[in-house]
Amino acid sequence: MTQKKNKKLAKTTNIELLKYYKDMLLIRRFEEKAGQLYGMGLIGGFCHLYIGQEAVVVGLEACSNEGDKRITSYRDHGHMIACGMDPRGVMAELTGRTDGYSKGKGGSMHMFSKEKNFFGGHGIVAAQVPIGAGLAFSDKYRDNKFVTFTYFGDGAANQGQVYETYNMAMLWELPVIFIIENNQYAMGTSVGRSTKSPSLWMRGSAYGIPGAEVDGMDVLAVKAAGDIAVAHCRSGKGPYILEVKTYRYRGHSMSDPARYRTRDEVQKMRSNRDPIEQIRDMLISGKHSSEADLKNIDMKIKELVNDAAEFSQSSPEPDLSELYQDIYVET
Amino acid sequence: MSINILMPALSPTMDEGTLAKWYVKEGDLVKPGDILAEIETDKATMEFEAVDEGVIEKIFVPEGTAEVKVNQIIASIIVENESVATSNELNVEKEPVGKKLSTDKKVLEITVDTQSNKKNVELKQSTVRDALRDAMAEEMRLDENVFLMGEEVAQYQGAYKISQGLLEEFGSKRVIDTPITEHGFTGIGIGAAFGGLKPIVEFMTFNFAMQAIDQIINSAAKTLYMSGGQMGCPIVFRGPNGAASRVGAQHSQDYSAWFAQIPGLKVVAPYSAGDAKGLLKTAIRDPNPVIFLENEILYNQTFNMPADDEQTIPFGQAKIRKTGDDVTIVSFGIGLKYALEASKELSQLGIEAEVIDLRTLRPLDTKTIITSVMKTNRCVTVEEGFPVCSIGSFISSTLMQEAFDYLDAPVICCTGRDVPMPYAANLEKLALVTTSDVVDAVKSVVYR
Repeated sequence: MTQKKNKKLAKTTNIELLKYYKDMLLIRRFEEKAGQLYGMGLIGGFCHLYIGQEAVVVGLEACSNEGDKRITSYRDHGHMIACGMDPRGVMAELTGRTDGYSKGKGGSMHMFSKEKNFFGGHGIVAAQVPIGAGLAFSDKYRDNKFVTFTYFGDGAANQGQVYETYNMAMLWELPVIFIIENNQYAMGTSVGRSTKSPSLWMRGSAYGIPGAEVDGMDVLAVKAAGDIAVAHCRSGKGPYILEVKTYRYRGHSMSDPARYRTRDEVQKMRSNRDPIEQIRDMLISGKHSSEADLKNIDMKIKELVNDAAEFSQSSPEPDLSELYQDIYVET
Repeated sequence: MSINILMPALSPTMDEGTLAKWYVKEGDLVKPGDILAEIETDKATMEFEAVDEGVIEKIFVPEGTAEVKVNQIIASIIVENESVATSNELNVEKEPVGKKLSTDKKVLEITVDTQSNKKNVELKQSTVRDALRDAMAEEMRLDENVFLMGEEVAQYQGAYKISQGLLEEFGSKRVIDTPITEHGFTGIGIGAAFGGLKPIVEFMTFNFAMQAIDQIINSAAKTLYMSGGQMGCPIVFRGPNGAASRVGAQHSQDYSAWFAQIPGLKVVAPYSAGDAKGLLKTAIRDPNPVIFLENEILYNQTFNMPADDEQTIPFGQAKIRKTGDDVTIVSFGIGLKYALEASKELSQLGIEAEVIDLRTLRPLDTKTIITSVMKTNRCVTVEEGFPVCSIGSFISSTLMQEAFDYLDAPVICCTGRDVPMPYAANLEKLALVTTSDVVDAVKSVVYR
């Protein structure tokens, strides 16, 4: 599947284009701010930024219906914002404050929103894959038409539980879309250094699961491929795999110097393939938006992110009594 | 020459069985591989084949006979060729070899297990196996969201027959055979629980749960906390835990202390049929992840229990199985067998032990233990698990911190030995905690 072909397939409107632009930009600006707060010591621990990968989750969220579920790994800020979680609550969780989505007890890697059907935020590589299939199991059990978007990285794709899950998901025809966000590097190890498989999505064929590779820097391509995957799952045919070729601009986490790749490689991606710039160009060249319109949007997003950042610093740390809360559901 | 045909042992824990049906009669010619009889074990009904070619000489045990001991002569066969000396023949001469531990293992032990002190509680008899099945069936009838998944739980009727009949009643949507893939199906079960269902995940044994330990600890136990209380995981992980009989190191570990260490999990280890049922019902209704540790050797034990189907037993309440003033013996699960046997022996020596059955390990009813020790001033703990960082060592430290002034002797923890479980019958016996270990420990703490 080439980029060009996907673009031909993709049908969109100027309203949709503008929404993708806004959603991706919000994630980008949010992550930049998170990186800044981390540098100031306001965010602790591990913090994995989504910068560069925005088109993946924005494109796929555009394929979802109310009631669908999503679950991902620890590189999760983008997913939370894309599914409509409040940037204030996400940022306050990053700073470990009481108004965070997990009352400050989860942190960057462990955040959840029952309301938005966002099931985490999982810190163990690939653990979310069978759990995602289990969420889909619960929907099939109830005989509704919801699907579960289960995201994982190219690194997780080598974990055994992924294939245990593929096997059962197909066996039981679970409505789960496995999305491999292939950003080329599992921490510091490139895909080429971790497997001889030419493609990750094709591994599903051993279990009879259909799939496709898609250009993850192109939100329209992601949306088009996502629609096919969702239709397949929703019709009761079982799982589907999307391998989304993407790229993260920042290190694996904030503490990663990223010496395993050249500056030039990163710069080329940024200059030639940036998902946000691509849509910006389309909006301008297609005369859907003016420079002034977009500048206005940029400013509003900046305000939203600054507000989240301020909120995340003014929210108090959790009450000390929280130490012993939420270990068990009271009976 | 005539060769005896012996009652075969068809499972690791089988000491006796029912000779359900003979497929041959006296005078029949049989060849190796011909089916001679159908035998019901504690786990399954199995066909029993001829090893030798010959004519059935005599049938000693008629069909329909129950409680036929392993290695008992059930028939004899006339073999023409004398060179066909079989292992059976050798066995007859050295019969006790095959009898293994049967002297100290009673398959049908009737123990009174009244759930409360209330008078006139209507009782019935049940094995632990049936009690567990009944608990699941009753809860599945009550709540559409409860389902059972695991290896061989459906069509095979359970590797240990715990789920017998459930597939017929509830269908394949709710009684689900999984492939052999513990890590995967544990994760799927947890996801289903996050999705609002109430899975019962059966591990064929808890040894295999080690394949899935990450999902149990990191996903099931911790997510409620990490989500600030949003994402509960109402799931039960159940199956046999601890040593069975002669199955070696990888199939004989007691994981009680492992799971009991984890905040976010509840851990249950019942001894009697009534407790198994009442606690499993509670476990299924509990909105938290529950580790339900059964014991293969206890499955076939029969207990008196309340006939009332609605009886549930709250977590965190130990049960005093015998009162006494001289020493407190604390145990759980199969450990109670040794604790209770020891208490009988000790009674004959004039030492009256108070025997506490913990029933749940997390939450742990330390109050009942401390109250008892304040009366007896001595404590011995009994468990099959390893000694280092055991349940007993936690109880011991708790008593030191909370009842130090009441202790007249050090707490002694009777545990399994600090070795991987050996296969050889004599070594296995040596590795397990025994009744005499408990008797000796009690004598030591009462200075007798």
